[in-house]
Amino acid sequence: MTEQSTPDLILPCYPRDQVGVDPPLDYRGYGSTQLRHPLKPLVVLPQMLTEVTGPVLGEGRVGPTDNDLTVQHEGEPIGQRIQVSGRLLDSDGRAIPNALVEVWQANASGRYKHGNDDWPAPLDPNFTGAGRCLTDSEGRYRFVTIRPGAYPWKNHPNAWRPAHIHFSLFGRAFTQRLVTQMYFPADPLFSQDPIFNSVPDPKARERMISSFDWDTTEDHWQLGYTWDIVLRGPEATVFEEPHA
Amino acid sequence: MSRLGVTPSQTVGPFFTIGLTWDDGNQVVPAGTPGEVWIRGVVYDGAGDPIPDAVIETWQANQDGRFPSADDPRGAVESDGFRGLGRSGTDRDGRYQIRTVKPGPLPAPGGAIEAPHIDVTVLARGLLARLVTRIYFSDEQAANESDPVLAALPPNADARSLIAVAQEDGYRFDIHLQGEQETVFFEV
Repeated sequence: MTEQSTPDLILPCYPRDQVGVDPPLDYRGYGSTQLRHPLKPLVVLPQMLTEVTGPVLGEGRVGPTDNDLTVQHEGEPIGQRIQVSGRLLDSDGRAIPNALVEVWQANASGRYKHGNDDWPAPLDPNFTGAGRCLTDSEGRYRFVTIRPGAYPWKNHPNAWRPAHIHFSLFGRAFTQRLVTQMYFPADPLFSQDPIFNSVPDPKARERMISSFDWDTTEDHWQLGYTWDIVLRGPEATVFEEPHA
Repeated sequence: MSRLGVTPSQTVGPFFTIGLTWDDGNQVVPAGTPGEVWIRGVVYDGAGDPIPDAVIETWQANQDGRFPSADDPRGAVESDGFRGLGRSGTDRDGRYQIRTVKPGPLPAPGGAIEAPHIDVTVLARGLLARLVTRIYFSDEQAANESDPVLAALPPNADARSLIAVAQEDGYRFDIHLQGEQETVFFEV
């Protein structure tokens, strides 16, 4: 047992110092928040052992075709083949290696393979829309998929979600858990989308938009997009060697 | 050193089961693990209706208070099939369930001892960022009374909302996102 006291336990700290990044839980523009956001203020939780640790996932959880959403069925899915790649970093620029990245998305016509999606665009028998991969030793991830379509929803009159891919990241500590969405450059639907615009700081909003990338665009094969994901990092430790 | 701006959170949306559910997601420990318990509950919205499209994730220490994580300064400890992470979508009646073991108490900085607890992430359509809460246990009254997090709750926070109630095969822990019985949620 570990009940003996350990007064010298020294834990990393993940500062909450970036403002304007995360959306408010109570956001008028997005109707579904109204009955689902807490009314009382959040209580600050000190970061202790449970918060600074996190699951190691991956081995046995990621199959060989899990990062290529275009080869998971007998035929090829309809749509524009794209590659989405980038790095998983913390806010001090350190790569986060061997971390699980999970994605899901609508098909090329903007329809999810989900029983509750009642948008009557066609389903694609060759597209499920789910992928997983592990970041490599330098924090890099890569998915091949088709570009998802935009789709309507009922939030406000003539409401359309900009094309997006959902991303889920664990990082290495409970403090770093992030679920977000990656968007595509210059989407004309941004201006009316309350989910995208719920992020208060316009510069932070931009960080959810991928970039078109010639280097990963392949002739007669695929368009390339890159997108780096940045999770909160631990504060630099006070034991670092001073610079000479 | 210039710091990078972090990536904002966005809602998990209504269709996360395509990508986020695992067949063994709710099994923090394999069946037959000594001391296994089921933690079950319902997630409610502010109208008191169950939420059928939420996902609950749990993270915890093992029965000895150790984590399978190299970020624990005491060192990582692997134990038989213990994953530490649980993940359960809610069903049409808003119910989730996790098979796990009750974690051991944990040392905290300054010599304090944290009572057995599980960290919880709640994700759902309508939540633009995750909610975080903690599960404590009704049969750990003495430990709960000296827990530093429970002791520091502000007066308007109802600590009872953080206590899972012992049942025949485990514990019951309901989560109320909003309203009179609102669960205490944390900024982590």
